[in-house]
Amino acid sequence: MNTSDFSLIIPEIFVLAMASIILVVDAFLHDDQRETFYLLSLTTLIGAAILTSVNHFDGRTTGFGGTFVVDTMADVLKFAVYLVTAAIFTYSKQYLKERDLFKSEFYVLGLFAVLGMMILISAHSMLTIYLGLELMSLSLYAMVAFNRNSALSSEAAMKYFVLGGFASGVLLYGMSIVYGISGTLDLAKMAEYLAAQQSFNAPLLLGMVFIIVALAFKLGAVPFHMWVPDIYQGSPSAVTAFIGTSAKLAVFGFVMRLLVEGMGAMQNSWQDILVILSVLSLVIGNIVAIAQTNIKRMLAYSTISHIGFILLGFTAINLEGYSSAMFYTVTYAITGAAAFGVVILLSREGFEADNIDDYKGLNARNSWYAFLMLLVMFSMAGVPPMVGFYAKLLVLKAVVDQGMYWLAVVAVLLSVVGAFYYLRIVKVMYFDEAEDQNKIVVGGGMHAVLSSNALLVLLLGLFPGTLISLCLTAIS
Amino acid sequence: MLSDLPLLSLAVWLPIIGGLITLAAGDRDSTGAKRIAFAFSMVTFFLMIPLYTDFNISTADMQFVERTPWIEAFNIYYHLGVDGISMPLIVLTTFITPLVIVAGWKAIQVRASQYMAAFLIMEGLMIGVFSGLDSILFFVFWEAMLIPMFLIIGIWGGPNRIYATIKFFLYTFLGSVLMLIALIYMHHKSEIDSFAILDFHTLKLNMTEQTLIFFAFLLAFAVKVPMWPVHTWLPDAHVEAPTGGSVILAAIMLKIGGYGFLRFSLPIAPDASSQFDWLIIAISLIAVVYIGFVAIVQEDMKKLIAYSSIAHMGFVTLGFFLPFGIHATLAGNLSGAALAIEGGMIQMISHGFISAALFLCIGVMYDRLHSRQIKDYGGVVVSMPVFASLMVLFAMANSGLPGTSGFVGEFMVILASMKYSFWIAFLASATLILGAAYSLWLVKRVIFGEIRNNKIAEMEDLDAREFAMLASLAIMVLLFGVWPDPLVEVMHPTIDNLLQHIVVSKL
Repeated sequence: MNTSDFSLIIPEIFVLAMASIILVVDAFLHDDQRETFYLLSLTTLIGAAILTSVNHFDGRTTGFGGTFVVDTMADVLKFAVYLVTAAIFTYSKQYLKERDLFKSEFYVLGLFAVLGMMILISAHSMLTIYLGLELMSLSLYAMVAFNRNSALSSEAAMKYFVLGGFASGVLLYGMSIVYGISGTLDLAKMAEYLAAQQSFNAPLLLGMVFIIVALAFKLGAVPFHMWVPDIYQGSPSAVTAFIGTSAKLAVFGFVMRLLVEGMGAMQNSWQDILVILSVLSLVIGNIVAIAQTNIKRMLAYSTISHIGFILLGFTAINLEGYSSAMFYTVTYAITGAAAFGVVILLSREGFEADNIDDYKGLNARNSWYAFLMLLVMFSMAGVPPMVGFYAKLLVLKAVVDQGMYWLAVVAVLLSVVGAFYYLRIVKVMYFDEAEDQNKIVVGGGMHAVLSSNALLVLLLGLFPGTLISLCLTAIS
Repeated sequence: MLSDLPLLSLAVWLPIIGGLITLAAGDRDSTGAKRIAFAFSMVTFFLMIPLYTDFNISTADMQFVERTPWIEAFNIYYHLGVDGISMPLIVLTTFITPLVIVAGWKAIQVRASQYMAAFLIMEGLMIGVFSGLDSILFFVFWEAMLIPMFLIIGIWGGPNRIYATIKFFLYTFLGSVLMLIALIYMHHKSEIDSFAILDFHTLKLNMTEQTLIFFAFLLAFAVKVPMWPVHTWLPDAHVEAPTGGSVILAAIMLKIGGYGFLRFSLPIAPDASSQFDWLIIAISLIAVVYIGFVAIVQEDMKKLIAYSSIAHMGFVTLGFFLPFGIHATLAGNLSGAALAIEGGMIQMISHGFISAALFLCIGVMYDRLHSRQIKDYGGVVVSMPVFASLMVLFAMANSGLPGTSGFVGEFMVILASMKYSFWIAFLASATLILGAAYSLWLVKRVIFGEIRNNKIAEMEDLDAREFAMLASLAIMVLLFGVWPDPLVEVMHPTIDNLLQHIVVSKL
């Protein structure tokens, strides 16, 4: 270890320091000065973004004995994490205030989760992976339970904690098997070891399966998806947004590092498993979403179906496939943040806008927000010119180029099923009469951020070229 | 001067920008919003006049081409251009849109700016579909078009609008996703890593590939046309849509399906098209004959015209898939085959005018009596003589009366089919009888006869706005009825080129 190792983790150190400072500063603040830590947390994210861009290394740099890596993929994913988290922090301010939850702990936990994500994204050893994953998950567990007076929230937290802990256990078990056989925790050395094998023995395959189960659980892929709808519904909407978007970016990095970079030699073995997970996620996610009346549950199942698409990108087992999955994850995080932004926006004191019926006549109440939600819904349905279409296009292209035509056909047919429930949201917003006549209260920053977030979905759709090229460079 | 402008980009983006401005203008001053919308649609129309006048009729190449990289990583271009097939359709689109905006001037009072904006945005997107030469660009426009139409039917439609609009959306969405896979597949096969439609034309594909691609396209385009048996969304959508929605749907959106056959199915999969032409011919004839009968028994005027549209579009698809048979029968003579495709094209343009006019006529009556049921009408001629004469003209045109544009296309297709098989010609000719039956019987019951009730006696004749709208269509119908040459001239080289391409096997 030398000093240059520390230069790799400057953004991480910064986030850690700031989170600790906010925690301390909070103790000296009066209740009416609470804005301070909110602004401080946003500053932290902006600062981290600046540091990440300044601290950019061409190509790939590893440090701390190969356990930590900085490359373009890490930079792009971290950037997306800062961006999406900052948007969600802004959305959550008004929401938390109305529920008397506007406390520094929320933002500190959020920042610690971000730190966990950053480590996870840059981890290049099974040890750092686990470190990042747990830091992220533990913060998220606490955030889910943040509304401690709500039974639903506590139940969701308990469920998330128990199942999440179980998944971590499965991951550790799998890692220990692989470690026992390969004799290394370092992903680069592990990749070397695996590449030298003629065939893979049963214990190694078993370890791999355990690892994939844990990954699938963290992603929320069928059949390890049971927690997703309950946690989405039970958590405060601001936390749901966080779990549904930023965390997915980190988990994408996790899959890339562990499965592709570490166990890339075993790709033919895990490809089949991912195909099954992917198709099941597409089927269950899209079909069960239709039956939902709660928008957060619907978005939960919709996430599951999107995860199906992301996994489909991985099944192509080539650079094109991985970069399409990355493009999909990044754009999904942006789109999802906007969707939850609208959900948070319509909620108010003592009222969660989480029934689909709450969106009735939104166009008549406020046509701008209805329009933003329309963009987001059509993007998720994969209708151009929104960015969701290009995400699907890239994944399908990767799959078709690999000759897996039937997979592509299954995926598009299920996305037609998916279109139905997104259309239903548009339908209630535009075609139904409003039942709820309450005025929509919106905080100053939120309007601007939500508008730009949703318009970004359209803008990236009109000019997707840059981000696509970026994802291609990031992977190769 | 004018022709130096990127005309096609203007045609695509000017209406879209106009739509956004209209949207921003909002409903506080709804007349203002309508004026803005009308101004933009008229400017777009006048800009398209050079597209026609400067069009070089001696070449089959793409003209007014614009090409800049769009998604460089995948060689996807922002690539626009027109030939003899797409140019008339674009001009038709810009001609119909102002009429639609005028038609909604009084009838649309709820959220008028959104209504106008939706039509303008749709105009831009439809022109994009006709002029897009990169398959991904084409697909983006093709799908994006669904959004405004979905909203138009859903917000301003009739009582059962939600069912109709969701059915419309899902039908067309389902139809197009397999086309997307086909496009990606062809790119995959393309050795030059290209998504350009014209490169797909020359792509070597074996019979299995061609067959699968042919059916993927068939599903997409058959739903749009619509062909029997995937036509069931159309009557629902038409009945529930507001007048303007029906006009756009019938006059232009259906043509996109026909356009797709010429741009994609025939040139990309000529051998599969030739192999399965009997299938298309059969379902086209079913559309002509069976749907013709269905139209006769309709009690709702809009439904009747909707079914008549399906029957007329049957002629289009019939014309497009006759050339293989004619070519084989006439031992290589392409002029008969050209007659069939040109007939289909003229039928498309002519149907654009006639169906638009008929839906506008129904809209005019609906604005006064708020009913579309045939039984509620009768004796309209007494209170609205000017309207009645125009409506009779359009009904005659709809039944294919010589001297109107409706006659030209049908006659050309029947003539061409005679060269292939007597029986196809025989069945196709049934349309002349059936068309006359449903159109004239409609006119008899609605326009003539006893005055059914007091409200009809009180109906006022056309005002200047409505007259201008219908009269301009009447002029077009008569003009192309007696003098179709300008239209045929424009498309002739392109269609010749297309035929020479498709009669050569790709195998």
